[in-house]
Amino acid sequence: MKQMKILKSILACAVLLAGTLLITNCEVDETQTVTNFENLVMADEFDVDGAPDPTLWTYDIGDGSAEGIPGWGNNELQYYTDRPENVKVENGLLVITAREEAFDGSSYTSARITTQNLFEQQYGRFEARIRMPLGKGIWPAFWLLGNDCDINPWPQCGEIDVMEYLGDAPTIVFGSAHGPGYNAGDSISKEYELENDRFDTGFHVFGIEWGPDYINYYVDDELYQQITPETTAEEAVDNVPNPGEWVFNRPFYIILNIAVGGNLPGAPNEDTQFPQRMYVDYVRVYN
Amino acid sequence: MQMMKNINYKIGRTTIVLGLLLIFNLGCERDLTDEAVLATFPTTAEIYTDNPVGLTDEFFISFDPAVGANPEAFGTDDNESYEGTSSIRIDVPGPNDPNGTFAGCIFRDRGEGRNLTGYDALTFWAKGSTTGVLGEVGFGVDFLENKFPVNRANIQLSTDWRKYVIPIPNPEKLVQERGMFLIAVGSFDVLGNDDPALADSFSDNSGWIVWLDEIKFERLGTTLTVNAEILDGQNLVQESFSNTTTTITGLSQTVNLATGENVTVGVAPTYFDFNSSNPAVATVDENGVVNVVGQSGTTTITAVLGNNQAQGSLEITALGDFPLAPVPDDPAANVLSIFSDSYTDVVDANFTPGFGGSTTQASVLSIGGEEFVTYENNNFTGIMFDNNPIDGSAMSFLHVDIFAPDASTQVEFQIRDIGSNQEIETNEFTGFPTGDDVDYRVTLNGLTPNEWNSIDIPLVGNLTTQRNNLGAIILVGGPSFILDNIYFFTE
Repeated sequence: MKQMKILKSILACAVLLAGTLLITNCEVDETQTVTNFENLVMADEFDVDGAPDPTLWTYDIGDGSAEGIPGWGNNELQYYTDRPENVKVENGLLVITAREEAFDGSSYTSARITTQNLFEQQYGRFEARIRMPLGKGIWPAFWLLGNDCDINPWPQCGEIDVMEYLGDAPTIVFGSAHGPGYNAGDSISKEYELENDRFDTGFHVFGIEWGPDYINYYVDDELYQQITPETTAEEAVDNVPNPGEWVFNRPFYIILNIAVGGNLPGAPNEDTQFPQRMYVDYVRVYN
Repeated sequence: MQMMKNINYKIGRTTIVLGLLLIFNLGCERDLTDEAVLATFPTTAEIYTDNPVGLTDEFFISFDPAVGANPEAFGTDDNESYEGTSSIRIDVPGPNDPNGTFAGCIFRDRGEGRNLTGYDALTFWAKGSTTGVLGEVGFGVDFLENKFPVNRANIQLSTDWRKYVIPIPNPEKLVQERGMFLIAVGSFDVLGNDDPALADSFSDNSGWIVWLDEIKFERLGTTLTVNAEILDGQNLVQESFSNTTTTITGLSQTVNLATGENVTVGVAPTYFDFNSSNPAVATVDENGVVNVVGQSGTTTITAVLGNNQAQGSLEITALGDFPLAPVPDDPAANVLSIFSDSYTDVVDANFTPGFGGSTTQASVLSIGGEEFVTYENNNFTGIMFDNNPIDGSAMSFLHVDIFAPDASTQVEFQIRDIGSNQEIETNEFTGFPTGDDVDYRVTLNGLTPNEWNSIDIPLVGNLTTQRNNLGAIILVGGPSFILDNIYFFTE
């Protein structure tokens, strides 16, 4: 009987100890919604050399004039092509290359590939592992657009920028969301700065976790921004239709590109060395 | 009850003892013996925070006042700082300061040196009383060995505290460095008209004040080398005689900072690893000195800076031993010699008169026991013997042996008679003789390269009637050549 009491007290201590450990490790902030999307729905590991998988990727071509937005709406300088000089898969990586070359009236070429009409998803985790290029005027991005921009013209169809980067700030990326009253210069956006490292010397993971009333942005294992319907309602300007409306409730498709020049990055300068390349190790989507 | 307590206590004590034993076993290492010596030097990062850190008692070790450095310029300021309470203050002198017209100093580690292999940059905060320019900032100069200097030139300050970065090229070389910091700064160019070729252009400058703070070495992790160069990135080709040396210059590194800015620094050769593709033709040492050891063949000199291949190269072809000039065969009685190993020279000619605007480098060289005069980058210069003019009345020719490095070499010889006043007089606008001077001009061209060409120039033209006060031979163009056996003779 004495032994049982001893055992019980030992057990009690152990449980107490374990319980304390559990509690101290598990920090749940009341204001965050933490989820895990673990079911892999789509993945491109870029393991087959050649052109990107045509069942997943299509190309935006030209300087935007054909779409009625020369300079792609931002006074960008590049002409997008589907040539291997600008986009190809090689050595397990998707390589998008921006080049300084005269092409059909533009001084630069690059590529913009999308999963429009081939893959789209509403909500979930969208992630890519990327190594950046370098230089003033170089503007790579990993982003999503709502699938109905032809009926609901942008920004009503919504845009989620999972990662944007300017080549003259090699330690900074930013994540944004665009919608009515919060688009372009008024977009909701936050920067993430890398400590003691740069984005052009190695690969980093960029992703969002997206639910009905939140979008979480992360770089590697760090959550750095959360946008909710409250955020968009609060921050939108109001001299537009549907200001602040949460439009992230439809399927979105994926875009990967490098732009050259434009309102945000400015033009390349004499220090910008061409060609510049963005390397993507994988794109994965979960729900 | 009593027994339970005892049992509990025993368990507790056993656990504690076991725990302690565990800690001891994990943490227990063998003691260092007395013979153990520290494998590396201290890695102290700070150079100046509110006080100098680990520097010599002298603190500011000024450049030599003999070159114009003002040792009074340096001090500290307890009313200005970026962080903390104090900063370094440099009262940069104006152009007329009797104590010196620029400020330059180094800081030296007070010990045996620091191990900087773990850092990738020297950083500091600075501001100016005006938007002046720091002529040079760097490290690696200790006024002792000066083995690994790095310098960044022409940093323009603002009147606001800003941070500046000097990247360390290839830090693995810096296992023991005493040169912590170097700065040189001159007067403020108010009118933006400073021209190093015009000493006068600095007289309208003014003094100003520079503050420095938080000088330290850092491991930023955010820099990226985007270029390294030897020979300013050029691919040069040259032919060289055996047993001659060439030094690789034009060394730099360009680094991209987290701010997106590209910074270029001058880098000592000791940071690079040089390579000769064919060392039997020429070797290259850690100072970038190329020594042509072979008699023939070609090698290419390249270099690597850390993990980066440097742009630029030098392709050298060995020409064998430098040939001696032909031995003149004119009888000594018929010769008045200016420069020759075969005759007694009748004048002590000046080969470096230093004419204003001349870019010429001339020197008398001795190779294999023979003397020659080498000329590089000649626009115009002269062989002057106007303090002891030669009476050439009995002479008919000027003989010269000229060695041309390539087929395009051409040199104009202007043989000058300085007249009875025995003073050389030249119209400074036209370059023609004036007063009682006359000359005769001949251009030597179509020379056979890499060989001695023996030329006899007749003393004709204006010299036909006046050549009893020959005082100079003016040489125009080239740009590079070698002369020997310069003498007047008659047949």
